[in-house]
Amino acid sequence: MNPVNYLYLAALLFTIGATGVLIRRNAIVVFMCVELMLNACNLAFVAFSRMHGNLDGQVIAFFTMVVAAAEVVVGLAIIVSLFRSRHSASVDDASLMKL
Amino acid sequence: MSATAAVHSLWTTAAADPISKIDAPKIEYGQLAPILIVVGAAVVGILVEAFVPRRTRYYAQLFVAVVALAAAFASVVALAADGYATTKAGIAAMGAVAVDGPALFLQGTILLTALVGLFTFAERRLDPEAHGNRVDSFAAQAASVPGSDSEKKAVKAGFTTTEVFPLLLFAVAGMLVFPAANDLLTLFVALEVLSLPLYLLCALARRKRLMSQEAAVKYFLLGAFASAFTLFGIALLYGYSGSMSYATIAQVVDGTVPEVTPALADTMGNDVLLLVGAALLVMGLLFKVGAVPFHMWTPDVYQGAPTPVTGFMAAATKVAAFGALLRILYVVLPGLRWDWRPVMWGVAIVTMVVGAVVAITQTDIKRLLAYSAISHAGFILAGVIAATPSGVSSVLFYLAAYSFVTIGAFAVVTLVRDAGGEATHLSKWAGLGRRSPLVAAVFAVFLLAFAGIPLTSGFAGKFAVFKAAAEGGAAPLVVVGVIASAIAAFFYIRVIVLMFFSEPRPEGPTVAVPSPLTMTAIGVGVAVTVVLGVAPQYFLELAGDAGVFVR
Repeated sequence: MNPVNYLYLAALLFTIGATGVLIRRNAIVVFMCVELMLNACNLAFVAFSRMHGNLDGQVIAFFTMVVAAAEVVVGLAIIVSLFRSRHSASVDDASLMKL
Repeated sequence: MSATAAVHSLWTTAAADPISKIDAPKIEYGQLAPILIVVGAAVVGILVEAFVPRRTRYYAQLFVAVVALAAAFASVVALAADGYATTKAGIAAMGAVAVDGPALFLQGTILLTALVGLFTFAERRLDPEAHGNRVDSFAAQAASVPGSDSEKKAVKAGFTTTEVFPLLLFAVAGMLVFPAANDLLTLFVALEVLSLPLYLLCALARRKRLMSQEAAVKYFLLGAFASAFTLFGIALLYGYSGSMSYATIAQVVDGTVPEVTPALADTMGNDVLLLVGAALLVMGLLFKVGAVPFHMWTPDVYQGAPTPVTGFMAAATKVAAFGALLRILYVVLPGLRWDWRPVMWGVAIVTMVVGAVVAITQTDIKRLLAYSAISHAGFILAGVIAATPSGVSSVLFYLAAYSFVTIGAFAVVTLVRDAGGEATHLSKWAGLGRRSPLVAAVFAVFLLAFAGIPLTSGFAGKFAVFKAAAEGGAAPLVVVGVIASAIAAFFYIRVIVLMFFSEPRPEGPTVAVPSPLTMTAIGVGVAVTVVLGVAPQYFLELAGDAGVFVR
C-alpha cells in the first residue's frame, strides 16, 4: 500500500486529537487527546521512515513513546492532585485566576 | 550438514557477508561535561532523596545542587577559554549536540541564573516557623490534599519537599541541551526534559495551593499540546528532508544536498511539508518563549506557581527557548528566510504591543511581571528577525541581562508578605517605599531595567537589539518597539510611584528579612543590572565573539 495513505491517516488522527483538546472539558480526556496527537506523530514518523528507507523515523517513534510515558507520569500526578482537592477534573472549573 | 542445520536453513539464510561491526558511538565527554555534570547531580539528588534521613536531606540536596551548578559553570568557562566557542567550535556526540559560541554563552547564562534561582528555592526564613520547623516556599507534602488532616500532619512533622532540588537540576539539564541541540530528536527530548520538571515545580506551592495546582494543570495541558505540535512539525521536516540533522535539513532546504535518492527527490519537491513542518516547529518554540498568540498560559502560570519557581522559569526557560529558536531559524531554515521573516515580524509586533498594553490593566504584581515578560519576548524577537551576526549577539546579550533582572524582581516579590503569604496584589504595595526604602529601591532598579532606562542593563540590551534590527532592515519594527517600550514604561513607573508616593496602609504587608541566600540572589541581580548598564562593553564583546553558529 502506498505509504502516503498512512500520512493522511496520521494527519486525521492528529486533527481529531487537537480538536478533542480544544472542545473536551475533562482534564483526563484532554490529556488522552494529547496522547492521540503524539501517536499520530509516531505514525507519521514510521510512514516517512518507510518512504525514505532509513531507520531514523522508527528510532524517534521509540523516543516519543518513552516521552509520552514520562508525560503520563507527570500529567496524571498533577491531574489527580487537582481532582483530589476539588473533586472535579473539569478544566472549566479551574478558574481561580480569571480576571 | 547436520540435521539441525538443515532444518534451521529452512527459515534462515546465511548472510552474504558477515554483518559488519557496528562502531561504538564516539562521545566527547569533555565537551559535554556541563550537561553531564548537571544530569549526574540530578540523579545523585534522587538517591539522596531515597537514602539520606529527612533531617539532613535539605542540606545534602542544597550542597549537591550548588556544587553541580558551580562545577558545570566552571566547565563551560573552561571550554570557552579553550576556544570551543570560536576556533574549535564543532559538533559533539555523533552530531547530536553543537558546542559553539551561542551554545556555550547561553549555557553559562542558564547555569548562573539557575544558581541564583536555587538560592531563592532554598530560602527558609520568609515564612514563619511552623511548629518550630523552618519552612520554604514549597508544600510540606505535595500529595496531601490542601486543608486536609494529612497536610496538617505533614506540616506538624516538619516535612519539606526537598525533591525540588533534583527537579530543578533536571530542568536545567534540559535547558542546557535545548539551545545546543543539533538534531531534531535531541531538540524534542530536551524540550520534554526541561518542561516536565517545571510542570511539577509549578504545583508545589506551600501557600495558595489550589491556585498552584491549577497553574500546573494549565501549564501541563497547554505545554503538552504545544509539544505535540512541535513533534508533528518535526515529523513533517523529517519527511521533507529524510534526516533529523540540522545541517542536512538546511542543505535540503537550500537544494545543495550532495546525494538525492528517488524518495528524497519526491519529498523535496513538496513545499507543503517544509512550510507546515517549519511553522509547527517554530510555533512550539514560540509557545515556550511566551510570544503572542501563544502566550495564554503565561500570566496564569506565573501567578499560580511558587514565586521562586516563577522567577527561575521566567529567566532560564526564556534563555533556553530563544537559544533553540535562534539555532532553528539561523542554522536549519536560513534558506527559508524570506518566508519566516514576515511571519516573525507579525509575531514580534503583536507580542510587544499586546504585552505592553494588557500589562497596564493588571492588578497583581506577578501577573504584571508576566505580561512584561511577554512584551520582552517581543523585543528579543526583534533581534532574532535581524538575521545578521549582530542580531545573534544582541539577542545573547539581551537574554543575559534580562534573566538576572527577572530573577531578582521575583526574589523581591517573595519578600513582601502578609498573613496569607506573599502579598501580590498591587494595592498592598502602596507606600512600600516609606516602610522599607531599601527593598522598594531595589525593586525600582529592576523595574527601571525592565523599562529600559539608561544606566541599567535593560537599556543596553534594548539598544543592542533595536540597533541590530534596524541594521537588518527591520526599521518599522524598531519604531513599534520604541512605542511599546514607552507604553511599558508607563506601568513600571506607575508601580514605582505607588511604592514611593502613596500613603502606606495601616494593615499593609510587612517585608520579611531574608536569609543570606535571597540577599545574594537579589544582590547579584542588582549588581548585574548596574554593571551591564554602566559598562556593557566587555559583555557586548563577549556576546559578539560568541555569535557564530557551527553547522
